[in-house]
Formats: sequence, structure tokens, C-alpha cells
Amino acid sequence: MNETADCAVKMHHVTKTFGKVVANHDIDLELKNGEILALLGENGSGKTTLMNMLSGIYFPDHGEIYIHGKPVTIRSPRDAFSLGIGMIHQHFKLVDVLSAAENIVLGLDGKATVNRKEINRKVKELATRYGFDIDPAKKVYNMAVSEKQTVEILKVLYKGADILILDEPTAVLTPQETDRLFAVLRNMKADGKSIIIITHKLHEVLAISDRVAILRKGEYIGAVETAETNQAQLTEMMVGRPINLEIDRPKVERGPERLQIIGLTCLNGDGVKALDNVSFSAYGGEILGVAGIAGSGQKELCEAIAGLYPTIGGSVLYTGEHEGTPIKERILGLKPDEIVKKGISMAFVPEDRLGMGLVAGMDMTDNVMLRSYKNTKGLFVDRKTPKKQAEDLIQELEIVTPGVDTPVGRLSGGNVQKVLLGREISLSPSVLIVAYPVRGLDINSSYRIYDLLNEQKKKGVAVIFIGEDLDVLMELCDRILVLCGGKVSGIVDPKTVTKEDIGLMMIHVNDSKETKKEVGA
Amino acid sequence: MLSTLNSLFIAAVLAGTPLLLGALGEILTEKSGNLNLGVEGMMFMGAITGLAGSYYYEQAVIKSGGEPSGILSAVIALITAFLAGSFGALIYSFLTITLRANQNVTGLTLTIFGTGFGNFFGEFIGQKAGGYVAVSSTTKAAFSKLQIPVLSDIPVLGKLLFQYNWLVYFAIFLAILMAWFFRKSRVGLNLRAIGEDPSTADAAGINITKYKYIATIVGGGICGIGGMYMSMVTTSGVWVHGCVSGYGWLAVALVIFATWSPARGMLVALIFGGLTIMRMYINIPGLPAQIYDMIPYVATIIVLVVTSMRQSKEHAQPKSCGLNYFREER
Amino acid sequence: MSRNVTAAKEPLIRMAKRDTLTPQKAWGIRAIAFLLSLITGGLLILALGHNPLSVYKSMVIGAWGSQTVIRETIKLSVPLLITAIGISFAFKMKFWNIGGEGQILVGAVAAGYFGLFTADFIPKIPLVMLMILAGMVAGGLYGLLPAVCKAKWGTNETLFTLMLNYIALAFIKYLMNGPWKAKGSSFPKIAMLTQEARLTKIFGVHWGWILALVLVVVSSVYFTKTKQGYEISVVGESNNTARYAGINVSKVFIRTMFLSGALCGLVGMLQVAGADYTITEGTAGGVGFTAITVAWLAKMNPYGMLIVSVFIAMLERGSNTIQTNFKIPASASDLLIGIILFFMLGCEFFITYRLIFRGKEEHHA
Repeated sequence: MNETADCAVKMHHVTKTFGKVVANHDIDLELKNGEILALLGENGSGKTTLMNMLSGIYFPDHGEIYIHGKPVTIRSPRDAFSLGIGMIHQHFKLVDVLSAAENIVLGLDGKATVNRKEINRKVKELATRYGFDIDPAKKVYNMAVSEKQTVEILKVLYKGADILILDEPTAVLTPQETDRLFAVLRNMKADGKSIIIITHKLHEVLAISDRVAILRKGEYIGAVETAETNQAQLTEMMVGRPINLEIDRPKVERGPERLQIIGLTCLNGDGVKALDNVSFSAYGGEILGVAGIAGSGQKELCEAIAGLYPTIGGSVLYTGEHEGTPIKERILGLKPDEIVKKGISMAFVPEDRLGMGLVAGMDMTDNVMLRSYKNTKGLFVDRKTPKKQAEDLIQELEIVTPGVDTPVGRLSGGNVQKVLLGREISLSPSVLIVAYPVRGLDINSSYRIYDLLNEQKKKGVAVIFIGEDLDVLMELCDRILVLCGGKVSGIVDPKTVTKEDIGLMMIHVNDSKETKKEVGA
Repeated sequence: MLSTLNSLFIAAVLAGTPLLLGALGEILTEKSGNLNLGVEGMMFMGAITGLAGSYYYEQAVIKSGGEPSGILSAVIALITAFLAGSFGALIYSFLTITLRANQNVTGLTLTIFGTGFGNFFGEFIGQKAGGYVAVSSTTKAAFSKLQIPVLSDIPVLGKLLFQYNWLVYFAIFLAILMAWFFRKSRVGLNLRAIGEDPSTADAAGINITKYKYIATIVGGGICGIGGMYMSMVTTSGVWVHGCVSGYGWLAVALVIFATWSPARGMLVALIFGGLTIMRMYINIPGLPAQIYDMIPYVATIIVLVVTSMRQSKEHAQPKSCGLNYFREER
Repeated sequence: MSRNVTAAKEPLIRMAKRDTLTPQKAWGIRAIAFLLSLITGGLLILALGHNPLSVYKSMVIGAWGSQTVIRETIKLSVPLLITAIGISFAFKMKFWNIGGEGQILVGAVAAGYFGLFTADFIPKIPLVMLMILAGMVAGGLYGLLPAVCKAKWGTNETLFTLMLNYIALAFIKYLMNGPWKAKGSSFPKIAMLTQEARLTKIFGVHWGWILALVLVVVSSVYFTKTKQGYEISVVGESNNTARYAGINVSKVFIRTMFLSGALCGLVGMLQVAGADYTITEGTAGGVGFTAITVAWLAKMNPYGMLIVSVFIAMLERGSNTIQTNFKIPASASDLLIGIILFFMLGCEFFITYRLIFRGKEEHHA
């Protein structure tokens, strides 16, 4: 290749398999010097795996990698650094008990001793140069998410990387923080650095990149100049066929109030308020979205309602009926099994599917009976009914699995979610709480999940949808509750506000606005 | 009264030193994320090989008509004990780091193996020697208290601080060195990162496998030296069946009580050492002597419970301790 | 870090997870590991100047050669088996109970109390029942303590249960020296049980062996068929999932650890009333630790534990014979058990992973 030397990175016929799964198949990828390349692909298309082979986490089964025109072997992250490659992972790789500066110098060669004063000063200098605000001596366990990301980026810059890889960097940021990050990236580009940004958000691709490379199901589809493309073309390349990206929002008459939450307050492990005086209502026949930057109290909110998180104040009032008799119950402080005993049918799809919603090592039968095994009498478990139920779920939701005896941990992300959501829906709930239900899923599976949620809405179920992608929330939900630092900064109608409005609310609680913007309460 | 306290202090230092050595070895091991419950086994291995090293050296020299050197004998004991402890730790490392066996089970197996190793060879060499193994007075002298010019002669203080055998000073030096290593050195920082969060350390380009192996093996060697102290100092160079029994576990307890800090380890070793011999010095009426043996363990449990209640992030066991790390897990 | 472009294109050996291995192949790997461990042990014997084959043969004969030794072997395997079952209750929920030693000891003390001091006025059958109950309750309560702390504050149970072993041991030493010291003895020891408090023999071995076999079946059913067994598995996989499913994790911890400790306490009772007829520092004798490896090697399967515990009992019994026949110290059994366990622990890796050598292409179906 005559143009190889212009390329900061060139990957040639790279293949990587995990067991039977081919994560990357025969991939060719080029990153030109001084450009921002967006690596676009659905979840599970192999973007992260491919980049991990550049950063030395994985080793390719086949293929060659060239850096600045020279063939190289990247066996470890250390090899990657010495080639000037730095990766900012989606899940931060920081040691909690160490300070920002200690994390930054971790693993570097240098004098036998670590001079804390000197490294703090150097880190501060570097941060100031790129316009970051950071205290180098602060311990990571005291940091907010965006601070941690700053440390991650500084870590790579400190090592003098000229090829930067960012894996879904905006997933944890507000729109405003995203803009700030993009400004920094443009600075770096002007500084001569070559950047790869992994993402599946099309508008971000168009906003920041020079070129876009697309992966689909582990295969390289092609690359296009950003200036010469549009959302429709990119989607088609990503999914393999033209697709209607619009999410359906069926019109349903709003039903009765199912959950009334008043003044919900709880503390996190460090004694800080994770939820602060949260009040709202959820109604049958609507999808209530919950937006906020990561860690604003979403997890605590669903778990507190589901009886899994201790609270220090407030109340949750459930209204519904059980076998014809109306029920009105205060459920706060009750354990999940006690809630069920009251005849309340509340389903919850937690964020951590295999760590909370399902048991990865157990088969489908044992997972399906997780919420209902207590319903039978006697000492022994009944596996016949759940087995039948599992077989039905496989049929209904088209779950791809070798059989009901396969541990659910072996299934793909989308199928895992179908098992979980399917089980929860089969409880015929009157309230359904779903946390990040499409995270990690491909587009097809995601839309199937949206459809399932809409079906529940049509049945009159009160759906609470915790989401991270504002575009999805705005299209799917009937109302959106915005959380900021554990407080409700407003409940809005997505048809009447813009994404930027919500972005502002995610970082800022304006008490006077709260009442004004509130809808539907 | 004062002289009782003085001799109690001295005896506590002497009894606490093997515990300190075992604990230092285990701290180094645990900082790399390996919970090696084979301390007792490695101490047993060090105890017999240290003794055997000196014994065979003496026999060889005497056979050739020479006069064994005490210092050389002591150095040989030190090296062989270190190697034996390292060997035990090497088995553990290979099984847990390379072959990913469960750390708890592997550590316990190492204890079974090492205890068998020590007692087996102790008896076996004893049989060959015609009854029991014992080193000569030359080697014994090399492990008895030092006479440091000037310092040892200071009234009271000299006796309290400067009249111990050399292993005591070795252990203290090691504790200070280790404290400095974790706090100030680059390698120490890297090692702590591994113990806390191996995938992060890995992404930072630190060679996890190498660090884990070295820390565990050196740690095992230090435990071996602790065992050697038992056979050379505590039982004065005679093999006593089961001589280490229980001390390895006490060392593990010490690690917890010292909240994984080598510097605090010195203080705790003094306390634990004191408790193991207190019944010989202070007789509290109505308090049976065996209750003293219980106190270190009870105290350790209290520390364990209190630290878990406080959920302290920094004075706790390294987070990845007990879990194996595999990079390409998927 | 130097970049040697011409150097190896990939690491010499890499590993990858196997999909699934047929049970036959898995057992084949274990058999090879077992053979290798015997060869390693054989080399050691050879180095000591003995013929490995005749030493091994002598061990087997020493364990199975006559009715007397068979009884001895079975007597050794009973505590191992029951303790392993007990420990597997805890291990199944990933609760690292390494306090089997201590639980055995307190069970022995509680049972011993009734055996020593109430044998005069309680008839045999109620007495033995009372001793069983006392042993189990004491062991169970001793196991409960770390479970409560774990449930409440997340206290590390590995270290907690470990410490409890030595507290129990010191307590027994105290009893031996003080309150329970046998009358007229100059040594610190506890008196022997009278006939009334000793277990009846069936086929020459105290009936604990029948109990052990029953426990194998019962525990196997408990683990796989009951709701409580299901709850243990869920808790073992993930505490969060268990809470989500409405399982009271603390309750399961506490209930299961009580059962775990109770079975170990039962072993203490059997040792006192069936084997030793007294309590000593050696009543537990490392059983609590060895049983952990038994349970682990059997992958928590009670039937597997039956086989492994009988095998280890054979080694222990056999090493007594080689001590008399070959003057090889009996501690050789610990050494050999250690070697075998090392190999068995190591071989599991080759069942889960396969190695890929440099230059060797991968071929998948």
C-alpha cells in the first residue's frame, strides 16, 4: 500500500474469535494522521473488541497492524503505549483508593520513587493546558463521573499518546458536557493527534468526525467522508438495510394513578443523599421516562420502589386491584416478597441483568421460576410449570437459545434481555419499571423491546422507563422526569421541550421552574 | 514489678518476631491480590529446611575435619528457609495465577502439604541422625542474643533494645523497608494497584502476572524465614514435631489486626507476641492461662468486624484479594 | 520497551475458554492428573530409597487388607465425609466457611459435656440423642456468629471462621487443664466416656457411617430439589439477584451456616462418642481443613464427596502401615494428600481452557 505511511493506524485482515463467537472477521481499518475517525456500529458489532486489539487488551487471531507505516506486534497495553496509542475505556479503569495523579502515573517507567508533589504539579500543568479543572491529589472514590473521565483522558495525554481511542465517551455525559468534550477533542486534533471515537449515536458522528468507518456484526462495511454522508446512509450501512428509525408512541388514554411517590429520600454508601425529596406519580397507560446523567439517583429510585434499597424518608402509595378487590397500600420499606404478598403486581427489569435480574449460571427454567417459586406449597420446588413457561417464552419472543437447559449467561445480550423482560411481563404487572432496557442491544432487539413496552402501555400498565439516550426517551415516553443529583429538576412533556432544555435540567435544579414546567401532575 | 515488665517486653519481642515475619510475607502477598492461606505450611517448610541447611552444613564441615562457622551456618539457614518458603509460594502461584485454581482451597492445600513436609522431613532427618535433629552450639550461638558494642551496654535500654538475636533486627528492618516500599516506591504503587484493581493495572501496562508471581514468591520466602525463626530460635535448633503449629494462622490474624500495614504490623506483633507468653510472666488470679491464647484471635475478630462496620476503603483488605484475574475473560 | 518487529508475531502460548468438554474427556484429564500426582509422589519415595510400587501397594493393603483396617479406614472417612457435606452447604452459597475445625471442636465439647457429666443418670438412647442435639446446636451456633456479621456488615467470613478455630482450640486446652481435667491425672487431659455414652457399633464401626450415608442422600436431595436448596444456589450466584427475587439473603446465610456448622458439630459428637471417647486438642485433627478440599474436588456433589473422603481416609490409614513397614514417617500422608490435591486443583484449568501454541491455527467447526 503506497499510502500506508500517511496512516497513523492501519489494521489489515484482523480477525478475533471468542470460542465460537467471531467478534471481528477480516477487518481492514485506517486512521489517517491528524483526523477524527468515528467508528460506528451497533452494540455487539465488534467495535470495542477491535479497539482492544490496538490497546493491547486482546491479541488478534489473524491479521497485521501497522502504526505509522511500520508493522507492529501489540502484545500488551505497555506495547500500545510505547507506540503512542492510548485508549479511554467506557468503563473507567481507575484505582479507587489512589489519587488522580497516582492513577495517571500508574505503570509508567521512571525513578524508583514516586514524588507526589512533582507529579501533582505536572498533572495540574497538563490539565490547565487543555482546559480541564482537576485536583490531582483527590482520591478517585470521591470523584464524580465526569471528573473520572477527565482523569482518564489526562492519563492518556500524560503518556504522550498521539493516537487516542475513546470508547463511547459521551454515554455518561450531559449534552453540555459532551459539547465541552468535543471542543477538547478538536483542540487535540489541532495539536496533531489522531483520534478514533467509538459511538453508536449518529448525530455525534456527524458533529465531530472527519470520516466514519462502519462495522456490522463483526465485519467491516466501509468508510465514508462525514461531509458526504447523512443519517440515513449511515444507518443503512450500520444495520444492513434501510430502517425506519422512528419509535412508535401509540396514543392511549391515560389510566388511573398507580404509584404515588412523595418525598422519597435515601442515602448512598457514603451518607450523601442519593435521592432527595423525590415526588411524582405514575399512571396506567403511559410510559414515564426518567432522564439524568449517570449516577443521579436512577438506580436508587427504582430499587427503592422495588423494595431493594433502604430509604430514610418519604412514601410510596400503590393503588390497584387484586382479584377484583381494590388495594391501596403504602409499600415503602417492604421487602420484594412482602410486596408480592400484599397482592401487588409490580415488575422490575433492573439495570444489571445478569447480576440482579437473572442468575447467569442457571438455566432458563430456574431463572423463570426466580420470582414465582414461592407460590407453590411444600418444601420442594416445582420445575414443571416454569419449564413450560420458559418454552413458551422462547416461542413468543423468538429467543435464540440451544434450549431451556442452557445457562442464560451464555445467551447474547438481546436474548438475555428478552428472557428477563419476558419473565417480568408474564407476571402481568400493573406497574413495570425498566432500567436501561436496551443498553448493549442491537437495533433490532431494541425496537422489539420498545414494542413490548408499548404493548404493556396499551394494556394499561404504568411503565417507568429509566433511559440514557435522550433521543429515545423523547420519542418513546409520554412524560419525562429529569433527575439531577438525586433531586427532581422537573417533569416535562417531550413534545413541548427540546433536548437542550432537558440537558440543562440534568445539570441544574431550578426550584422555581420545577412547578412551572411540571405537566400532568 | 518493673523488671517483670522489662522481661515481659523482651520476651514479647522474641515471641512476636516470627509472627511479624509471617505477617510481612502475607501482607506482601495480599497486596498483590493473592490471599495465600498457606502461611502455616510455608512456615513449616522454612522451619525444617532452615534447620536442615544448618545441620547438613555442620555435618559436612565436621566430616571433613573443619570447624563450622556460625555466621555461615546462619546465612545458609536464612537462604534455605527463604527458598523453601518461596517454593511453597511458587506452587501456590502457579496454581492460582497461571492455572486459576481457587485461592482459598489452594492455600489450605499448601498448609496441609507444608505441614506434612515439615513434620515428615523433620522426622525423617531425625531418624537418619539417630533420634532427633539438633544443630551444634556454634550455630545456636549465632542465633542467640547479640552483644553490640556500646549500645548493648546502656543500662536498661541496652537490654530492652539492643540485645536481641539478629533475626529480630532483620524483621524490623524488613517491616520498615516494606512500609517505605508501599508508600514511596513506584513498584509499590503498581503492586497496590494490582491488589486493588487488576484490570486497571493491566490496562496501565503493568505486568500483572510478573508482579503477582514475584510478590507471592518473595512473600512466601519471608514466611519461610519466619518458620526458620521457630526452629532455630524458639526451639533452639532442635526439631520439635509440629513446632510451627498455629503460628502461621496467628500471622494471618496479625495481618488483619495491622490492617495490612507493615508499620502497624510491628506494634501488633509486639502485642501478639506478648499475649502468647504473658501467662509465664503475669498471673492474674481467676484468669486461666489458656485464655491468653484466645485473646489475639478474639481481638482480630473484633478488628475484622469493626473495619467491616466502618466500610473503610483504605484500611481494608486489597479489593481483588481472593479473586483471580484473567484478561481475556469473555 | 523495545519494539522488536522481527520477533515472534504472537505469544508462545495463549489460552482460550473451551466451549464444553464431554464428561468422558474431562474425566480423562482428571485421571491423567491423578496418575501424574502418584508418579510425583513415587519419585519422592524413590528419592528416599524405597520402591514406590511396593510402598503404594503396602498403603492399599494397609487400608483394605483386613477387616480391622477396613474398619479403621471407614472410621477415618466418616468425619471427613460429614464435615465435607457440612462445609458444602456454606460453599454452595459462596460463603467460605473454613471454620470446620472450630465447629467440630465446640460440637465435641457440647456433646462431651453430656457424655461426661450426665451419663450416670440419663439412659443410653436419650443420652446419645441429647449429645447429638447438643453437638449440632453448639456447632450450628458457632457457625452462626460469622454468618450474622456477614449478613449485617459484610464482615469477611474467610478470616472470621478461621479465627474461630483457634478460639475453640484454646478453649479445649483450658478445659483440659482446668475444669474438666480428669481426676487423678497428672497430665492435662479429659476423662474417658463411660460405656453408656459411647456409640453402638454396627459391623465393627460406630453407626456414624450409616448416618453419613444417609446424609449423602439427604443433602443431595436438599441441594437439587428443595426450595431452600434453590435459594442457596441463587444466593451463591449473586446476592443482588437473591434480594431481587425476594429471598431474604441474611436469613439464608444464617440458616445455611447453622446447618453447615451443625453438621460439623455432629462430627465433633461422633468423634467423641464413637472414635476417641474423650476430647483432646486433636479431636478435629485437621479434618475441617481437609474436608474443604474434599468438598471442592467433588464439586460440592455429595456422592463425589463420598468417593473422595474414602480415598483420603485410605491414604491416611495406609501411611500408618508404611511407617511400620518402611520406616517412612506417617506425615507422608499429608505430603501425599498435598501433592494429589495440587494436581487435581491444577487439572481443572485444562478442563475449562485450552492452550493455543504459536503457529498453530485454530480450527473450529
